[in-house]
Amino acid sequence: MQKLRNWLVTSDLAGVIVLALVIFAVMPLTLDIFRLNLVGKYLTYGFVAVGLVMLWGYGGILSLGQGVFFGLGGYCMAMFLKLEASDPESTRIQSTPGIPDFMDWNQITALPLWWEPFRHLPFTLLAVLVVPAVLAFIVGFAMFKRRVGGVYFAIITQAVALILSVLIIGQQGYTGGVNGITDLKTMLGWDIRTDSAKYILYFVTGGLLIAAILVCRIVQRSKLGTLLLAMRDKEDRVRFSGYDVANFKIFVFCLAAMLCGVGGAMFALQVGFMSPSFVGIVPSIEMVIFAAVGGRMSLVGAVYGALLVNFGKTYFSETFPELWLFLMAALFIGVTLAFPNGLAGLYESYVKPRLARKRETPAKSPPLQGALIAESAATQRTVGRPAGSGTAAPSGSVGNATA
Amino acid sequence: MSNTDFVLALEDLTVSFDGFKAIDKLTLYLEKNELRVIIGPNGAGKTTLLDLICGKTRSSDGSIKFKNQEMSKLAEHQIVRAGIGRKFQTPSIYENLSVFKNLEVSFPRGRGVFGALAFKCDKAVKERIESVTAEIGLSDQLETEAGLLSHGQKQWLEIGMLLMQEPELLMLDEPIAGMSVRERELTAELLERICKNRSMIVIEHDMEFVKKIAHKVTVMHQGKILAEGPMEKVQNDPRVIDVYLGH
Repeated sequence: MQKLRNWLVTSDLAGVIVLALVIFAVMPLTLDIFRLNLVGKYLTYGFVAVGLVMLWGYGGILSLGQGVFFGLGGYCMAMFLKLEASDPESTRIQSTPGIPDFMDWNQITALPLWWEPFRHLPFTLLAVLVVPAVLAFIVGFAMFKRRVGGVYFAIITQAVALILSVLIIGQQGYTGGVNGITDLKTMLGWDIRTDSAKYILYFVTGGLLIAAILVCRIVQRSKLGTLLLAMRDKEDRVRFSGYDVANFKIFVFCLAAMLCGVGGAMFALQVGFMSPSFVGIVPSIEMVIFAAVGGRMSLVGAVYGALLVNFGKTYFSETFPELWLFLMAALFIGVTLAFPNGLAGLYESYVKPRLARKRETPAKSPPLQGALIAESAATQRTVGRPAGSGTAAPSGSVGNATA
Repeated sequence: MSNTDFVLALEDLTVSFDGFKAIDKLTLYLEKNELRVIIGPNGAGKTTLLDLICGKTRSSDGSIKFKNQEMSKLAEHQIVRAGIGRKFQTPSIYENLSVFKNLEVSFPRGRGVFGALAFKCDKAVKERIESVTAEIGLSDQLETEAGLLSHGQKQWLEIGMLLMQEPELLMLDEPIAGMSVRERELTAELLERICKNRSMIVIEHDMEFVKKIAHKVTVMHQGKILAEGPMEKVQNDPRVIDVYLGH
């Protein structure tokens, strides 16, 4: 038990391992497939939240348009799945068989050329990463090279979110319009609607999310991570130390966009549709709330934030549908005012010192295995301890940790 | 202009903000290993001059040549990479990072995005950090968070961050402002040591300090050079006494 405490307090990977246990053991063992599928959906928002930790927490760049990249990744995947679901056999009652149903309803008689490459899975998987990254690069290049930042950048990302959602809704024949791309059935012949497929997709999502956190951790620990913190603090000093600040901002913006893209693709796979309601301004702001609640300096914390806010959203929107938006707003304002570093900040300042203190006076020791489960179960119940030293943090300790 | 032996050659340098000429047809040459101090009343354009050289402000006219290479069109980071380091007036360090990290980030390697990702803090970096911290007197503070340093130590740390880059031209904007008497002495010694193999421009108001360190003094007034030369000569120039030193 004492060893466990030691490890929880000191190890850099502890938080990631506890999160992995929550995702791979606790959730699947305690939830039925319907709820587990919901958790899987929430985890896809976790990718966005992790990206925001890098972009907003580390880079100090607030984007209120991350839904754009989530949507692009989701649409890329949905286009592939839709084409597979629209084979001539199953669409033979349409006036043009072999094209997606919404195209047929919009009097389109041939598949648009830009849809063609999405018949191939490798292209699609590449597009899930590349399409969001390219858009992020263009927006980032245009903004950061001109030194647009802060509130102005946030407003521009909002505009991009609005433009993309209007574009998708307006181009109904090519995008499915306001309904989005629905009735996704199989992936390379594998039915994604069955329970077993949902289990597998859940675990794939969880695995990718843990991998994403580890990649971000590597970036944070590299000099690039230190530079991001330094830029947030004293941008001019970094510039006059010989760095082209804009390039680093563009990089982290693209990284966050790619993470969103992966999240969106896994969302489309698990939920079975993609629509413009995940692209616009409101969902983009919700995504920022996930990161804020979890803690914008903590990769693991942000995932708990995404889970918690979405659990709350599902629960409250079922129980008090009219009140939900107000509750959400109150949550955001409350978190920002009361604990600006989110759940991870609370863990750092309250739970961790306690754990550290108890190291000197070891308590009764249950078997290690049991303790681990208890520990992670507690994490899941309260979500009050998004564990992990390296995961969290007042920026100071992050800086020192790697020295 | 033709090529010269000067490290830095400013010719007819002008910058105007909405018609107001903060720097007006200024010409200044800096020799190798020279420590030049610029003095002058507030608003004379001293800081603006440094801003122009390091690219923070763009000149309206004239040329800035560093080792015979035109600087006035380059981006800030390119000017730094050419070998010009600049210290800001208020200590400009990364408060949340340790002293070690502050210096490590300033090491001139891995300056691109992917270079920074692949950057390893190897022996060369550690040795340089050790020698620089010994120079600036922060050897036993390596792991201290920079924000916790005293004001004087912060100023030294920023000078140390510039030394990491081994610039050929180092520009310091009021390095001893807010320092105690003892700290001023230490800073003077530090500047004397580090100007051995590089040129420096220092802006300073404290005449005692200026006397101690300056090889040559330039007096600026209303964006122009009022007088230039050794300290004694400048000190006795009636025009300088009139606008700046006082009777």
